[in-house]
Amino acid sequence: MTTLELQKMANEVRKGIVTAVHSAKAGHPGGSLSAADLFTYLYFEEMNIDPKDPKNPDRDRFVLSKGHTAPGYYSAMAHRGYFPVEDLTTLRKVGSHLQGHPCMQHIAGIDMSSGSLGQGISAAVGMALAGRMDGKSYRVYTLLGDGEIQEGQVWEAAMFAGHRKLDNLVVIVDNNGLQIDGNIADVCSPYPIDKKFEAFNFHVINVADGNDMDQLRAAFAEAKATKGMPTAIIMKTVKGKGVSFMENQASWHGTAPNDEQYAVAMADLEKVGEALCQK
Amino acid sequence: MSEVKKIATRESYGNALAELGAEHEDLVVLDADLAGATKTGVFKKAFPDRHIDCGIAECNMMGIAAGLSTTGKVPFASTFAMFASGRAYEQVRNSIGYPHMNVKIGATHAGISVGEDGASHQCNEDLALMREIPGMVVINPADDVEARAAVKAAYEYVGPVYLRFGRLAVPVINTNPDYKFEIGKGITLREGTDVTVFATGLCVNSALEAAEMLAADGISAKIINIHTIKPLDEELVVAAAKATGKVVTVEEHSVIGGLGSAVCETLCAKAPTPVLRIGVQDVFGESGSAVALLEKYKLDGKGVYEQIRAWV
Repeated sequence: MTTLELQKMANEVRKGIVTAVHSAKAGHPGGSLSAADLFTYLYFEEMNIDPKDPKNPDRDRFVLSKGHTAPGYYSAMAHRGYFPVEDLTTLRKVGSHLQGHPCMQHIAGIDMSSGSLGQGISAAVGMALAGRMDGKSYRVYTLLGDGEIQEGQVWEAAMFAGHRKLDNLVVIVDNNGLQIDGNIADVCSPYPIDKKFEAFNFHVINVADGNDMDQLRAAFAEAKATKGMPTAIIMKTVKGKGVSFMENQASWHGTAPNDEQYAVAMADLEKVGEALCQK
Repeated sequence: MSEVKKIATRESYGNALAELGAEHEDLVVLDADLAGATKTGVFKKAFPDRHIDCGIAECNMMGIAAGLSTTGKVPFASTFAMFASGRAYEQVRNSIGYPHMNVKIGATHAGISVGEDGASHQCNEDLALMREIPGMVVINPADDVEARAAVKAAYEYVGPVYLRFGRLAVPVINTNPDYKFEIGKGITLREGTDVTVFATGLCVNSALEAAEMLAADGISAKIINIHTIKPLDEELVVAAAKATGKVVTVEEHSVIGGLGSAVCETLCAKAPTPVLRIGVQDVFGESGSAVALLEKYKLDGKGVYEQIRAWV
């Protein structure tokens, strides 16, 4: 896809996020929106996947370690064709396959159930290790929150991946700077994130703007070319990106918009969409 | 009497893995720096490419096992019961149990018979913790024969299984040539009419010894080996309880949450029966030789006999 096509798709993914969370009256829009461009890039450009063949043993894998941003993940998957986009309004409702956090038994195409922070990265490491053991060429991607890396298990997994030189693994950290209780630097600073991953024998790529498709494209190309060590992509993003009143607000980590706010949010995104169409 | 052969079930675990590993390419073994103690060293030696040492990081080990299983491998994640069920509880629950991964957890050094290391390493709570997880099979073999059979059955079963092994060398009691291991099926080892004793793990031998002593006092005890704590053989439990009218449970585990609780949960609904729960009485263990501790905590043959004698 061209960068413009990806941008347009990311905007559609954002509409899906806002719609799903509004319908559920609960969920996590902030971190879903900050990672919407990343979800879009992975599912529409980077990964070797086929929604019609979601169990193909040679497919690339994705583990959403920051599982609470399921709305972003679901929206990207729906737009990619794993299930109908209309299903997004069933998010978090009884009987829906769209559980509050990703559940692999409910949706073919979800490679790992997640939601309890710090655990997804270990499963991703296991998948990457299996690929290595079996001589397969698939790649494994996992997305972590910058607050999530406060969990000790993340560093157990990172140590193992670095030790095993798993160059088929890409760990992405969504550095939107905010967690539930506030600024990550105030709550319990994980900085410097890049130096930490470097110390765990990762090739580290700092992305200045993780909401910029061209920067994401460059980072993933560099990751693919990296041999002999896993890659960590630390991407600076804006929490709530694309919805004016949600941007950079920790309070929108896990709150749903009311009807009025929903209308404003969708108007914001329509405006972005129209601007992209003028390009 | 001829000399009884004694083997620790952790040895059986390692040996069974090495045997199965020769037949099954998809079997992989994980450890957290304890391959020497969990006895998976024999597997590691035979199949170094399929042995994964995760270092001292049990939580990560469980997650890696989950990830490996999604690709079709059958991982056996090995460490002490304390760390497998305790430290990594939530990883087992959320990364293995919830997605119903085909991961086997080989938990060695369970119970007070860990011995000298003391209470910090004596896990008397693992059966309770693991039994609570929906879909988790929980097996506590009594001896070498049963432990090896259990490992094979766990490999063949598709889904998460918790296997409990001990450090102490215990007598081989399943010498019956017709011995057959089936997940979820208890084994009647001795018929009796006055009381039914459901025992598990190394306490099966204690129960058999106790039955001999009770017989000398004119008390006829039926002895049933419950190697699978979950799913419990409810049919057998109910039938035996109805037949004898009194029930005793014996386990090297807290009396809260393990075999005793499982039996009571079943009986209270299906055949209310007085139950004596013999086990670790809601206390932490301590240092000492395994044999001395089993004696002190009344889980050896004599201790079990005395408790039943006083109650029946």
